[in-house]
Amino acid sequence: MTLSAPVTPETTTPVLPPGDGGSPPRAGKRGGKAGKQLRAGWLTYTILAIFTFGSLFPLVWTAIAASHSNARLAQSPPPFSFGDRLWHNLDQAWNTANMGKALFNTVFVAGAITVSTVLFATLAGFAFAKLRFRAKNLLLLLVIGTMMVPPQLSVVPLFMAIAELGWTNHLQAVILPMMVSAFGVFFMRQYLVQALPTELIEAARMDGANSLRVVWHVVFPVARPAMAVLAMLTFVMAWNEFFWPIIALTQQNPTVQVALTGLGRGYVPDQGVIMAGALLGTLPLLIAFAIFGKQIVGGIMQGALKG
Amino acid sequence: MTTHDSSAAPPVEGGAAPGRPGRATESPEERRQRRRSWRFRMDTKASPYAFIAPFFLFFGAFGLFPLLFTGWASLHRVRLAAPNDMEWAGLDNFARLMSDEYFWNALTNTFTIGVLATVPQLAIALGLAHLLNYKMRGSNFFRVAMLTPYATSVAAATLVFAMLYGRDYGMINWALDLVGIDAVDWKSGSLTTQFAISTIVIWRWTGYNTLIYLAAMQAVPKDLYESAALDGASPWKQFLHVTLPSLRPTILFTVVVSTIGATQLFGEPLLFGGSPSGGAQNEYQTLGLYMYEMGWTNFNLGRASAIAWAMFLLLIIIGLVYWAVTKVASRSTAGKGA
Repeated sequence: MTLSAPVTPETTTPVLPPGDGGSPPRAGKRGGKAGKQLRAGWLTYTILAIFTFGSLFPLVWTAIAASHSNARLAQSPPPFSFGDRLWHNLDQAWNTANMGKALFNTVFVAGAITVSTVLFATLAGFAFAKLRFRAKNLLLLLVIGTMMVPPQLSVVPLFMAIAELGWTNHLQAVILPMMVSAFGVFFMRQYLVQALPTELIEAARMDGANSLRVVWHVVFPVARPAMAVLAMLTFVMAWNEFFWPIIALTQQNPTVQVALTGLGRGYVPDQGVIMAGALLGTLPLLIAFAIFGKQIVGGIMQGALKG
Repeated sequence: MTTHDSSAAPPVEGGAAPGRPGRATESPEERRQRRRSWRFRMDTKASPYAFIAPFFLFFGAFGLFPLLFTGWASLHRVRLAAPNDMEWAGLDNFARLMSDEYFWNALTNTFTIGVLATVPQLAIALGLAHLLNYKMRGSNFFRVAMLTPYATSVAAATLVFAMLYGRDYGMINWALDLVGIDAVDWKSGSLTTQFAISTIVIWRWTGYNTLIYLAAMQAVPKDLYESAALDGASPWKQFLHVTLPSLRPTILFTVVVSTIGATQLFGEPLLFGGSPSGGAQNEYQTLGLYMYEMGWTNFNLGRASAIAWAMFLLLIIIGLVYWAVTKVASRSTAGKGA
């Protein structure tokens, strides 16, 4: 791998720093054409492998720990291979820690939040990207400004409101406040500014299409890739939403994070069951990552360039 | 697009066909067109507002209004048992905050955990992004693998790390023991607990920031490297003198985002020890956690609101510093360019 750098005629350019004279294995990394992307050497692969291991190990170990009994986990050295208690622990977590209900609730909550966030963000993002209206720049600035307001600032009034409405422990209490996202609006705007040709909208207008038809037949088809990425990012965020749900919900009707908090605060003292709960609460997203990982990576990198 | 109504809408000139009788009486066709164009104008004028309305309605109801109301509540005595029974207290909640040693403790902890979590995280991310920017095999695998912790929730990650950091049977102490280091009690003592909590944050967010840096690195014009290489700059020098300056806006951006994230730290310290006190001596109680304890353990929503607004002021200060730094930074680049 390291030695396979194609030797281009320009290789004669003196990029080898003095003192690094001709150590062959690194020639590939250092000796490429000036300005061309450098090639990875064995050292690069080693470092990346170490960090990849560090990223994945805690997750693998969650599964390992979930397959052992509490007694086994209270011994040293900790287990490194799978035990035989996985199904037992998963079953316990599913039933006693209410993870089963939590998973259904979370799929519903995160799904509803994702649909509404993507829909409203695309509409508003389109307006900010391509339409003319009064106070547009001021309103856009407001959208950007709200991206940094922390959730702590709204929980007290929201708590008072749901107490008044009797919504404590109801799922709408955690869905409604999350239905729109400033990040989403900004994300869609940045995408549509360059992806949607203004002539396309004008042409549709000339054909007599009203705004709704323009949105349906022109904006949505163009925005689809960005909508998909925003949907994935929103779903991950909604799945992992923490602060407000643990205030608004209880262990009787939890989301995954609420149920995990219950586990962490000692409602079930069995470490194996706690790990099984963590595994159950993470697995759906990990599977989604295995399938859509490349798209999610692409979406974050795309969003970064414009941020 | 061009469906049934395409014949009616197009250019107004086309509609006034030569064969039409005099203009004195408006034909139904013309009237329809006039009405259509009026509707068309209304549509263009009103539709932008209709498109942004859902966002601003929800944002107003669940973002702006609560924000302001939190400020209002911070001027009252409000108990959790009767949250809608407010009694005016003026600046009392804030005054008590100023002389509250737990508040200052939480502020300090938030700051130290923030630094411990942010600085290594961004430094590692920068290095990893540089490596991932090399031409290599399996780059997609590395990217996805490093982003995986981002998909893990705060709660799940903290539960796992709390086990790994266990004093008697945790894997980290076991590994330390292998290399001859005595067991560390990660669950008490400020430095040890704050270090442990920072590693959870670092684990979850390094991959995300790596991707952001990588995206920015890929946007750096290639000819900058070419001319640097022609001048005989080593890869390390190129990193220092080409990559880093080009990434300055991105780095600044990630610093701000991470700082904002750090001021809101809540789930990690709550679940690391399993209680809102953040350790027996509040060694790792953050502002977010203290607010939660004040509101939902001590049942004092008024003082919790005051803590929330203190956090908000902190964020505004960070925002202003960020703004000032970008101003100075852009001026210095502009000066260089001229």
